[in-house]
Amino acid sequence: MATTTERLPPPVKKRVKLTLIDLLIFALVAAGVVYIAYRVESVLVYKWSWDTVLQFVVRRDEAGDLVPNLLVTGLLTTLRLAFWGTIAAAIIGLVMGLCRTSSNLFLRMVARLYVELIRNIPPVVFIFVFYFFISGQIMPLLGVDEFARNASPETARVIEFLFGPIGLFSNFLAGMICLAMFEGAYITEIVRAGIQSIEKGQWEAARAVGLSRFNVLRDVILPQAIRKILPPLAGQFITLVKDSAIVSLISIQELTFVAIEVAASTTRVFETWIVVGVMYFVVCYFFAVVFARLEKRGQRGRR
Amino acid sequence: MTQANPMLEMRGVGKWFGNFCALYDINLDVRPGERMVVCGPSGSGKSTMIRCINRLEEHQAGQIVLDGVELTEDTKNIEQIRRKVGMVFQHFNLFPHLTVLRNLTLGPMRNFKVPEKEARETALHYLERVRIAEQASKYPSELSGGQQQRVAIARALCMKPKLMLFDEPTSALDPEMISGVLDVMVELASEGMTMMCVTHEMGFAKEVADTMVFMDEGEIVEVGPPDEFFGNPKSDRAKLFLSQILSHH
Ligand SMILES: Nc1ncnc2c1ncn2[C@@H]1O[C@H](COP(=O)(O)OP(=O)(O)O)[C@@H](O)[C@H]1O
Ligand SMILES: [Mg+2]
Repeated sequence: MATTTERLPPPVKKRVKLTLIDLLIFALVAAGVVYIAYRVESVLVYKWSWDTVLQFVVRRDEAGDLVPNLLVTGLLTTLRLAFWGTIAAAIIGLVMGLCRTSSNLFLRMVARLYVELIRNIPPVVFIFVFYFFISGQIMPLLGVDEFARNASPETARVIEFLFGPIGLFSNFLAGMICLAMFEGAYITEIVRAGIQSIEKGQWEAARAVGLSRFNVLRDVILPQAIRKILPPLAGQFITLVKDSAIVSLISIQELTFVAIEVAASTTRVFETWIVVGVMYFVVCYFFAVVFARLEKRGQRGRR
Repeated sequence: MTQANPMLEMRGVGKWFGNFCALYDINLDVRPGERMVVCGPSGSGKSTMIRCINRLEEHQAGQIVLDGVELTEDTKNIEQIRRKVGMVFQHFNLFPHLTVLRNLTLGPMRNFKVPEKEARETALHYLERVRIAEQASKYPSELSGGQQQRVAIARALCMKPKLMLFDEPTSALDPEMISGVLDVMVELASEGMTMMCVTHEMGFAKEVADTMVFMDEGEIVEVGPPDEFFGNPKSDRAKLFLSQILSHH
């Protein structure tokens, strides 16, 4: 007992320091950046004109108030796409992930086919093919356009808030579904890995208690699997935000689509894409930090 | 008395893993209230045999009849049978994301739609019996191995099983934890529970077993009362096994 006071204090922790090599690398990178800036300034004689582009972010209206402009609208569409796309992709991923680990050969084959198809076709090609199928066949079949046209003002307002301009509702849905189908394949694999990471003993114990197949999954396997896959799922969400740029190709008016238009009409290509790059970065990095925080907090709780 | 229907009947049961025959022509009757201890060298098929009884493994030949119901491929039939059979694993296999209490109430609430309050009462009753009621709101990872195994026993008991299967319930425990678990099992035996227990705890076997079963290479080599088995084993394989296992005790 008395020895506790006599014991040595813990050894002093070593400080993490930058080594000479680290500093050298930093210096080289800095020199490179300065050199490129110099080339752009003096050799290309590029005249920066940030105002032209920034007014597409926010502009002054007639009353002189600042209002969001095209690029912000585009960003909002991107965020809406990411939000709904994630939900849809998570549902697809969960269902397909369950099929992928099912004992039923047919379900396993369907899920496998889906995943392999999407992973082995370039996203652009998939989106082109699939979009024209959805917007040409599925949307008219569901009567989405008609619904949007005949929506009451209140309904319209709700839809505008949730999905953006009502005139583009069906277009948005089609793009969102394409994106979700695409990302869903990756989430399927995450879900499969999560389910398969649960040890055999858990399945056996759950079955031995006499739980039905559904209850084995719902009460025992999925709760444990979901805890394990939250970090990669969060990563996949951020990937989805970035991948959403691809639906600009099918005229969904998200950030990248708008940026192409702005760059073309202002001819300020550099500025436009730098601004857009910063916007994507801020959004993605924000979510990365939030998810990291949440993950840390989750770890503090019970396993 | 011997005319009472057996709780469990195994008739010519066979099981193969690929081409490897893990069980061959297993014939066994377990009477209601009988306490059977199964022993044999590692890899002799003991686990496989008791796992066939609740369909964690599928037998490929013969018949298994439990409480008058034959085990078939039908999912509903399998679930019904599993609800009558409690199983305790070597590695406990508690559900780590649920509290001890929820581990116990899950089965009754899902399978029999028992109301939560009643399920909790039953659970607490069995936790009391395995002398661990004060841990009800903890998570499995907060308990010692011996405590976890007793929770696992209570979890099986909550389903009010007609037959309890134990697969080496003390082999994964630190030595000082073993007696607590064995005490619970002895108590269970004294209350008339039908039990089938794979174990190398020969002291326990001598104390509670009505019947000893000795297996080797997927076959039942000897079946008999413990005095006979321990005092006068008939086969050479059983003699060898006993000399090996008892020399350590
Ligand atoms: N899932 C399996 N796949 C292939 N072989 C298995 C499997 N399970 C058990 N076996 C084999 O069956 C034999 C019996 O195993 P087991 O019943 O676990 O023996 P015991 O419990 O008596 O030690 C062993 O040779 C083992 O390797
Ligand atoms: Mg075994």
